[in-house]
Amino acid sequence: MTLPAPIRALRRPAGALAGLWLILVILAAIAAPLLTPYAYDIQELKSAWQPPSASHWLGTDEFGRDLLTRLMYGARTSLSVSSIAITISVLCGMTLGAAAAWFGGWFDRAVTTIVDLTWSFPEILIALILVAIIGPGTTGTMVAISVAYLAQFTRLTRAQIMTLKGETFIEAAASLGAGNGHILFRHLLPNALAPVLVSAMLATGDAIILEATLGFFGLGAQPPVPSWGGMMSAGSALVFKAPWIIIFPGLAVAITVVAINLYGDALIAELDIRARMRRAV
Amino acid sequence: MTAPMLQIEALTKRFQTGGGFLKRPRAMLAVRDVSLAIAKGEVVGVVGESGCGKSTLARLVLRLLEPSSGRVILDGTDLTSLGPSALRAARKRMAMVFQDPYSSLDPRFSVADVLTEPFTVQRRPLPPGQIAEMLTAVGLPPEMASSHPHQLSGGQRQRVGIARALALRPEFVVLDEPTASLDVSIQAQIIDLLAGLRDQMGLTYLFISHDLGLVRYFCDRIVVMYLGAVVEILPTADAQPRHPYTRALIDSGFTPDPTRRRAIAPLSGEIPSPFDLPPGCAFAGRCPHATDRCRTERPVLDATMHPTACFHPL
Repeated sequence: MTLPAPIRALRRPAGALAGLWLILVILAAIAAPLLTPYAYDIQELKSAWQPPSASHWLGTDEFGRDLLTRLMYGARTSLSVSSIAITISVLCGMTLGAAAAWFGGWFDRAVTTIVDLTWSFPEILIALILVAIIGPGTTGTMVAISVAYLAQFTRLTRAQIMTLKGETFIEAAASLGAGNGHILFRHLLPNALAPVLVSAMLATGDAIILEATLGFFGLGAQPPVPSWGGMMSAGSALVFKAPWIIIFPGLAVAITVVAINLYGDALIAELDIRARMRRAV
Repeated sequence: MTAPMLQIEALTKRFQTGGGFLKRPRAMLAVRDVSLAIAKGEVVGVVGESGCGKSTLARLVLRLLEPSSGRVILDGTDLTSLGPSALRAARKRMAMVFQDPYSSLDPRFSVADVLTEPFTVQRRPLPPGQIAEMLTAVGLPPEMASSHPHQLSGGQRQRVGIARALALRPEFVVLDEPTASLDVSIQAQIIDLLAGLRDQMGLTYLFISHDLGLVRYFCDRIVVMYLGAVVEILPTADAQPRHPYTRALIDSGFTPDPTRRRAIAPLSGEIPSPFDLPPGCAFAGRCPHATDRCRTERPVLDATMHPTACFHPL
């Protein structure tokens, strides 16, 4: 009996280090109220711009709020917005991609054309346009991110299903009398799932950056709710006077995204699907 | 002779390719007007070089492909006219063993899953002990039920494929080059297994192969195909060929004893494109006996005990 691949990935050095960081960040996000004595939104102007110290490990921001507290609450925003957005994107992308590959014909051509059109723009541009239409805030950011990454999952799923459709075991199932539903849900989708889920995980890293970018422009979660991008934006005004305000959220974004990529690489190696991932996108 | 188990009547499959803006689609006949009757318990071989339409014929017979015209009648049921649910029910009575044992099993399925699938698909309860019984029947240990395909050898996979095909106790089985992807030593084992299962279960086989030697060893009658059409039906495995193409096929195989090998006269000329068949005999361009008549008029199978589509049979 072998362990499942997500656990085996933790036995690789890079995978273990990355996994440890991700678990730490997720725990901090979930347990933030239990881990810190401070509130994220109460202003104490007389203790503003304090450098890291024993009482404020990462210092305070321009309103005297504890930076570590805001970083933990910010992780809630960043992680939940990006992972919910990617989940929506994967669900819609898989449905669209599978339907396109399955039905073929004009439906496939229509889906492929539209999806390739959005694929040709940078994600940030699509996201900015959508936020401009929907309006800034958490919901707008989520929708923007899910649409920005929709093309990737649609294309990947479609390519996987197209390849799998030609496999003999699909014909074998048909020769036994299997209907479309059985072939699609028992054979095609389960076999297409692994590469799609891994690329979803890697995309979550990109989505965190995109969320931080939108937050930096003031289009993400609205104050006083902290987000990593919003915190960096606030810190950018005082890069030289209080550099910790921008450095720590920046490090949080960078280390988390690198960790997601390292863990994703370990997972790809464990699942042995590198070739299949490359073929599709 | 009683009513045949399987009756194929004037089966034809036309494929269209290409086509688009300012481009006419091209059509090819993959299977041309094939008729054949197979009696219960018989093993009929179909031989021909790659691209002659034998695999298409196999898929048409089981209606995995829709024929352009013609009928397939299995034990009194016209398969070509069945609706989806009746066709699903009819699939219990026929099965197929595939050429490539590596891609014919879902990599995510365990052997037990593979053997359960026929019952799930046909909405039938799986009888207790059935999986162990099926594995024993194809010469595999019952403990193999929990293995996954990547843990099995090619021969073992093909045995699982055979067990799956026979799970619902079909009457008629199409074997599409079941040994072509296996080592020679394994081929003999699989053929012996198939022969034994036929005797035990009273099966009828349509055996597709490009290996004339194997077909002559295993089959009662042999259908020779060339470019989608039947050119000759050998009534027994050791019958002397009458069609020049069959002669060339037989000559192209080596005799094991080098002293008995005859000089080989390889075929010259190209196979005509299936998109652009000549008006006469499709083999005329490569045939040493071809005359003007062969190039203008298409020969049909004569109604003898040894049907041959040739104006100048050997």
